[in-house]
Amino acid sequence: MKRRDFIKNTAATSSFLTLGGLGMHSCNGVGKKQITILHTNDVHSHIEPFPKSHSSWANLGGVARRADLVANIRAENPNTLLFDAGDIFQGTPFFNFYGGELEFKLMSMLQYDAATIGNHDFDNGIDGLLAQVPHAQFDLISANYDFSNTVMEPHVKPYKLYMVDGIKVGVYGIGIRLDGLVLKKLYKETVYKDPYEIALDTERSLYEEEQCDLIVCLSHLGYDYRSPEMPSDTRLAQRTKYTHLIIGGHTHTFLEKPEIRTNALGNQVLINQVGCYGINLGRIDFYFESGEMASQGWSITV
Amino acid sequence: MLSCKQETKHLTSVQGAQLGVDSTLVEVDSIKEFVAPFKNRVDAILDSTLCYAPKSLLLNDGQRNTSMGNFLADLIYEETNPLVEKKIGKSLDFVVMNKGGIRSVLSKGEVTARNAYEIMPFENYISVVELNGTQVRKLVLFLANSKRAHAISGLEIVLDTSGGLESVNIQGKPFDENQNYHVATSDYLVSGGSDIGFFPEFESLTDTEYLLRNAIIDHFKRKDTLTAQVDKRFIQLQ
Repeated sequence: MKRRDFIKNTAATSSFLTLGGLGMHSCNGVGKKQITILHTNDVHSHIEPFPKSHSSWANLGGVARRADLVANIRAENPNTLLFDAGDIFQGTPFFNFYGGELEFKLMSMLQYDAATIGNHDFDNGIDGLLAQVPHAQFDLISANYDFSNTVMEPHVKPYKLYMVDGIKVGVYGIGIRLDGLVLKKLYKETVYKDPYEIALDTERSLYEEEQCDLIVCLSHLGYDYRSPEMPSDTRLAQRTKYTHLIIGGHTHTFLEKPEIRTNALGNQVLINQVGCYGINLGRIDFYFESGEMASQGWSITV
Repeated sequence: MLSCKQETKHLTSVQGAQLGVDSTLVEVDSIKEFVAPFKNRVDAILDSTLCYAPKSLLLNDGQRNTSMGNFLADLIYEETNPLVEKKIGKSLDFVVMNKGGIRSVLSKGEVTARNAYEIMPFENYISVVELNGTQVRKLVLFLANSKRAHAISGLEIVLDTSGGLESVNIQGKPFDENQNYHVATSDYLVSGGSDIGFFPEFESLTDTEYLLRNAIIDHFKRKDTLTAQVDKRFIQLQ
């Protein structure tokens, strides 16, 4: 019975969100608008909290607790989006037994809006990923994996647009090089394209053609590497022009707070990554105001 | 309703924070209830006792070979050889497994399938590579020069005091460089190519379609008691 309560509750949140998008707010010039972005990465099938005896993560994490946190934030601000930056699969027997069904169903119950695809999401092959698609009531996005010659072709989009309280949010996905990381027999004819080139193309069309107010990248490249040849979020941030936030994954980096970098136009761009296993949830609040833009751009408090 | 004039909106400020998912939060009942039947089935299968280990098998109890490494390499030989004989009509000559691929020790006491998931959480399959004599020599040198005690079975390596090759035996017979050998290993080590170092080149490859973890579970089911020791299969003369 309580399960039904939860579903009803979140459904109510969602319709309020739609109302907000079409209704009074978008015609109302005055007042601040707040868009809240929540995110996870590298949850790796960690559905239950870690045991109390665990050496590193005693009694931390757990999807049922994350659901509580997300519901509290949505109650406070219905204009909230929830994303994941990949490696949803592999890490507990839940994945080995059910192939990701439980992970996708739970993310749907928490009303995730979108996720990008990590290298471990290919662990049961591209066919194993396809088998779980019916359980995902959220978008799978990747701009630099070309799935044209694979079974995933109809199920992955380069980016998605979300109209939230009159603010147009564009979200694109960027994946890591598969060769050497994932067996070819698993990813099959998936083509990895240059992440920087594709990210810059995608953010430009989100800015110029789609006229997004807020641009977010879901990246599974990894936070930072010593080797400059390895594409990373920190290097991507410096090359971008229009992306406001890069939500990262892969390196299981527990950033103490979101990092700020300077982009190619000299503006600030935010990078965040919340470690792994659902230990933390990232929260970024964007505030918008009508009228003339302040000359100094936008301020960041982290 | 939709025709109202678009106001320009500007991003003015951003706030960010990491929120902990900890015991101060209240678990949502509907989620817990949804997970429960999945969890009950997993627990029932993983936690039923399959066999018994009178002594813990460890990954650090020997210099060049360890009880856990020997246990795993030997079981791969035992469980895979009948399959390989059926598939290619030849017996396995030896087994090589990287130490980093053995993700856990086996603690003494009752042994369950959950232990197999701890030892091998990844979906790695057993592959069989055919190596010519030169390729076997390179592999043996790679193992000899490695700082880590990679696991072997069916292969005996003795190094002299300075670390050079003293003797190499395969299935109890001296290594013959004019012969080809069949080696069982993890598909991860084969596909990793030259980056990982084990099998940069090989003559042929046979996929067994046998998950490493399933070989471990099958072994647990077939045995009553699990034992393994550090032995002389890979040593350096003092």
